[in-house]
Amino acid sequence: MNTYDIVIIGAGPAGLAAAIAAKEAGVDDVLVIERDSVPGGILNQCIHNGFGLHTFREELTGPEYAARFLSRAGELGVAIRLSTMVLSLSNERVLTVTSRERGVEQLRARAVILAMGCRERPRGALNIPGYRPAGIYSAGTAQRLVNLEGFLPGREVVILGSGDIGLIMARRMTLEGAHVRCVAELLPYSGGLKRNIVQCLHDYGIPLLLSHTVVDIHGRERLEGVTLAEVGADRKPVPGSEKYIPCDTLLLSVGLLPENELSEGAEVMLDRVTGGPAVNESLETNVPGIFACGNVLHVHDLVDYVSEEAARAGKAAARFVRGGTPKSTRVVKLTGRDGVRYTVPQTVRPAAMGESVVVRFRVANPYYGKYLSCYVDGKRISHRKKPIMAPGEMESFTLTREALGESAQEVVFCVEEE
Amino acid sequence: MQYDVLVVGAGVVGCATAMELGKYSLRAAVIEAGEDVCTGTSKANSAIVHAGFDARPGSLMARFNVEGSHAMPKLCERLQVPFRRCGALVLCFDEADRPGLEELLLRGVKNGVHGLRIVERGELHELEPNVSPEAVAALYAPTSGIVCPFELTCAMAENAARNGVEFFFDARVERIAREGELWTLETARGSFEAPVVVNAAGLHSAELNNMVSEKKLTVTPRKGEYMLLDKKVGHMLSRTVFQLPTKMGKGVLVTPTVHGNLLMGPTAVDVQDPEATNTTAAGLESVMQKARKSVPTLPGNRTITSFAGLRAHVEREEHDFIIGEAEGAPGFLNAVGIESPGLSAAPAIGAFLAESAAYLVSAPVNKKYDSTRPEVYRPNEMTVEERAAFVAEHPLYGSIICRCEQVTEGEIVDAIHRVPGARSLDGVKRRTRAGMGRCQAGFCSPRVLEILSRELGVPQEQLTKSGGASFPIVGKTRKDGENA
Repeated sequence: MNTYDIVIIGAGPAGLAAAIAAKEAGVDDVLVIERDSVPGGILNQCIHNGFGLHTFREELTGPEYAARFLSRAGELGVAIRLSTMVLSLSNERVLTVTSRERGVEQLRARAVILAMGCRERPRGALNIPGYRPAGIYSAGTAQRLVNLEGFLPGREVVILGSGDIGLIMARRMTLEGAHVRCVAELLPYSGGLKRNIVQCLHDYGIPLLLSHTVVDIHGRERLEGVTLAEVGADRKPVPGSEKYIPCDTLLLSVGLLPENELSEGAEVMLDRVTGGPAVNESLETNVPGIFACGNVLHVHDLVDYVSEEAARAGKAAARFVRGGTPKSTRVVKLTGRDGVRYTVPQTVRPAAMGESVVVRFRVANPYYGKYLSCYVDGKRISHRKKPIMAPGEMESFTLTREALGESAQEVVFCVEEE
Repeated sequence: MQYDVLVVGAGVVGCATAMELGKYSLRAAVIEAGEDVCTGTSKANSAIVHAGFDARPGSLMARFNVEGSHAMPKLCERLQVPFRRCGALVLCFDEADRPGLEELLLRGVKNGVHGLRIVERGELHELEPNVSPEAVAALYAPTSGIVCPFELTCAMAENAARNGVEFFFDARVERIAREGELWTLETARGSFEAPVVVNAAGLHSAELNNMVSEKKLTVTPRKGEYMLLDKKVGHMLSRTVFQLPTKMGKGVLVTPTVHGNLLMGPTAVDVQDPEATNTTAAGLESVMQKARKSVPTLPGNRTITSFAGLRAHVEREEHDFIIGEAEGAPGFLNAVGIESPGLSAAPAIGAFLAESAAYLVSAPVNKKYDSTRPEVYRPNEMTVEERAAFVAEHPLYGSIICRCEQVTEGEIVDAIHRVPGARSLDGVKRRTRAGMGRCQAGFCSPRVLEILSRELGVPQEQLTKSGGASFPIVGKTRKDGENA
């Protein structure tokens, strides 16, 4: 069985940044495994701009952003095995992989970095009643068809869910000559980035119907229309508010789910809120030597943060391979409460965290002029007023080792009125 | 085109009949309104091979169910169809209902079902720890099984084709006339003639009967809605769990599937439209609520899809299948009202109808009958060593197209080139499971379209999801040469 120092599963933005960081940290034997025939992951189909504002101080398209990392990976001689699918991963870090070119083989890794990304929540998971005709796509599938394959999935479009991919696809379909009738959102606010609502909907006069959902799907062969209804505070349809909207396409942008089937096979424990592994400050899971980063860890808003986080995982995996990880000493638990839904990482070991660690999280509801607070063992150490916090945008907090002192047990993040 | 026997309908009954016709030396064809086999009732049901304790003793339902259930294990082995004799439990929630349970047991014994017994609360919860603590006892039927209805239908069709039976799709029967000894079926794809016709048209079987017989029949589509849960919760049950039946049928069941999901349903609501396979908010809610009566901890957030099927229900005094020659229509053999336990009974109904048809045309036995179909390779079911050796010889089976179900390109290409082969996304899905997993075809459908296009030599814009006008793609984003 071939053994590698570090095997990274996925050559999207997370996998590439992790590979680069691992190489730069001095580990040479790094293999990236990618199921698609090209590296870059979902960035390849994100042909719109807006990527890299934080990392490169310029606005890049998805493929351009990926190209920067690919070229750096190329300079460093990162090996990427394409069109190769990891079938299973064991907690001993043995991977079974398959490809047309090389067949089925097993590899052993001293460290594994999970960077498989996420998938879209499908119609079935929402229990939308009605027929099951052609013309119903997740927004990302439609994006692939349009941007990579050059096919138009439809001409009269309704979009359910105002996640970022849905918003981006509203603009894309419009630019491709389709008519986007509306974007319907179950919640009273959008889960997408503010700039996407402005640039993708407002600029094109596409209505955003908040507190609306699809309650019926019509058409037996190709989609013919959907019934929209308003929903009340309980998120249930309000009787009598139904209206029929003729359309031949329904795009769903109703949530992303970290794709952790491989992780579960390796007995990696998942966080119930994020759907991703629970990790420590080194982004290491409960299984020693298995690290996670990017959307498989938790769904991000901006790719810049994915790259930043993945570099941390790459560096930590390199340290693990070289045996430089301190033996687990004191563990401090991080928790989100009162409006803060989760934290990543979920734990930190002060001895391994360096000077500080960036903690990322999302809030449960939109908050205006509220305070974001951090408590260490019940003592408030930070209290910042935020003009706006929204579920669609990640928040972060730089937690210093100094703040944890010698004996801290628990750090709590929460939203406070004052 | 003239044949000895024409079978109308390529559902499980039509395909079982076609397979059995292959055992005789005769010219036979299957005429199907849809674009593929298994597009009607056969594709949307509980996928249960019932033990046979429900039906009234002496009825055709009882006879064919028990015969079919006996035949199923060998048939599935021969045709490489996933089948598992997982056993079933009929739950009783109230001591007052215990006589109902005992009546079922007695009926089962009369019908010739083996191994039936009543299990008490303690044993019941040992067998199935997730079953409701409110269940006081259950009828245990160890011979009850589960099968993949898609693969069963496809495999029987394939075996039929291997033995010379022809298949015509997109050929809805519009008119039937009788000239001399021959029935003439006018279809969307021309006319077909034969002295014997087998009417296995499911929801449309009464219409066909009424074209040839003075004794009119009515089939009422009875809708059943289902929800399918992720394989991650498949471990919650190892047996099919029913509730005591009512007049409208066997009630809502919860069952493992042969592929490791959990399936729950069906509702039972009579509708007018034989194509109304839409789900409803009320229906799905009722499925969940009733299923939770049996298994209270079923996780709704693990639903991966929901669907509705329509049973061909015939309302009459003695609830039963209608099988045999239509009144006043010599050589026109009906299989009408094939609702539950139709899937279980199909192999036996097919054998009976084929034998009757062969007798009517005096067909001798086909000495060259081949009882198999070409081997189906499922890399996912092989050990790592087997898989490595197999993929070394067959590289296309090394490339994964459907991530969730780990279906390979080799399996999809194979499904397209079998006879009858897949021509649509759903055709590929039914044969290979590509698109049946938790992402519900989000990742694989563009790739499957690409493979279908390449293998069939058809532009992607002309491919369909499920025949007719179900085009997933309406055109190119820009015309060729434009914006170059």
